[in-house]
Amino acid sequence: MVDSTADSVKQIAVERVSHVYRPPRGREVLALEEVSLEIGVREFVALLGPSGCGKSTLLYLIGGFLPIEKGAIRIEGAPVAGPGPDRGIVFQHFALFPWRTVKANVRYGLEKLGLARAEQERRAQHFIEMVGLKGFEESYPSQLSGGMKQRAALARTLAVDPKMLLMDEPFGALDAQTRSLMQSELYAIWERTPKTVIFVTHDVQEAVRLAQRVVVMSARPGKIKASVKVELDRNDPHIYRSPAFAEKVDEIWSLVRDEAIKAQ
Amino acid sequence: MKYLPLLLLAIVWELVVQLGLISRDLLPSLSDVAKAGWTLLREGDFWTNGAASLYRGGMGLLLAIAVGAVLGIAMAWWREVDASVGPLVEALYPMPKSALIPVTVLWLGFGDGSKILLIFLGCMLPVTLGVYNGARSCEQALVWSARSLGASRLRVLWDVVLPSALPELANGIRTALALTFVLLVSSELIVARAGLGYLIGFLGEGGVYDAMFAVVLVVAFLGFFADRLYQRLMHRVLAWRD
Repeated sequence: MVDSTADSVKQIAVERVSHVYRPPRGREVLALEEVSLEIGVREFVALLGPSGCGKSTLLYLIGGFLPIEKGAIRIEGAPVAGPGPDRGIVFQHFALFPWRTVKANVRYGLEKLGLARAEQERRAQHFIEMVGLKGFEESYPSQLSGGMKQRAALARTLAVDPKMLLMDEPFGALDAQTRSLMQSELYAIWERTPKTVIFVTHDVQEAVRLAQRVVVMSARPGKIKASVKVELDRNDPHIYRSPAFAEKVDEIWSLVRDEAIKAQ
Repeated sequence: MKYLPLLLLAIVWELVVQLGLISRDLLPSLSDVAKAGWTLLREGDFWTNGAASLYRGGMGLLLAIAVGAVLGIAMAWWREVDASVGPLVEALYPMPKSALIPVTVLWLGFGDGSKILLIFLGCMLPVTLGVYNGARSCEQALVWSARSLGASRLRVLWDVVLPSALPELANGIRTALALTFVLLVSSELIVARAGLGYLIGFLGEGGVYDAMFAVVLVVAFLGFFADRLYQRLMHRVLAWRD
């Protein structure tokens, strides 16, 4: 019997990956040890753990930004060989090109795709409006607030229509109100155009709020400690006050707490 | 209004000479300097010598910017280049470039070539180091973003690393611009048959001090004007910075 539900189709397979971090000065650190993880097509997964648990390192390895030294990572069966537009990335500090306007930033990936100029314009405008930045097309990043910068970065990444979205603590640099707003909008975007999302965070509430599955990582060396399914009604505007939400947060927090203490 | 002190200085200059507080042999009056300058202008000495200097300075500086920028980027991007050229750049950077004047004359003679080579050699390293430091400070996340948006590694060099280095490159070029004037005038003073530096030396030796002062003032003004113009331009080019 072939199971054909979207969730069961593997998109990303991490197999026994270890990674050593070598700082320019100082001792080598084993950042990841024998990490294995499978992520399904259009699945929204949160990677949760204390700082220094290697969750960002794991994300960068999947993104193809760091060399895989031990183990293997496969995307739809093929080993990762460098970055590619199938895996879009969003960073905590936005990483917008400061010398390009919002519009030109969003257009960047479309230029690389070799689209006609008119089509670039049309698509860039579409995504700028989707993230609510209409009117700021010609602004430079330095003229935008943190939340607006992250909206622009999100539009730039979504514009090339990646199958997978790698998010590295994307809302970690935003104030609480903006963060909450961005969470809702990200979820709405994901519901409309489902993509595989790996969302790195150290915020338990944020992980439970967004992800279908929360993967908890342990502190140095980084290992997978638990994988917890989360089934909640995300469109409930009062989700934060629902007992089911609180219960999940408690359950996952108890898993994270020991690691957070160890990491100090 | 900002330049009021300059105006005051000019008045004081004229007064001390007219009142006989300073001998005219040491300092001609400003009005005499202006008159002599006007004559140089009318008789064309300014233009021919100015054109020679402009050509040498412009060529030398442009070469220094082009080669210096490429070298700095290459050093920042390829470890091998950094390892082989880096120590050389560091060792040569503090060397007084005017010491090269006899060497460039020995190689290329009294004409334009030796001046251009001198300015090129003297101005290249500030540009190289500016680009190098700027490119090295380029954010990793920017490079990764560009790569994940479909840019090749080499393309990232042009699209991300170079623009990231632009502010530091601009500072390097400003230093190089000032150095151009120093090297140009000093090399022309020592060995040349044309140029504003040559004109200063020629008039000084002939005892035509009012005209000599006129050329000195013009060179000073040109240096100031070039710097202001450059800063205006950079303000435009780097408008994206906060």
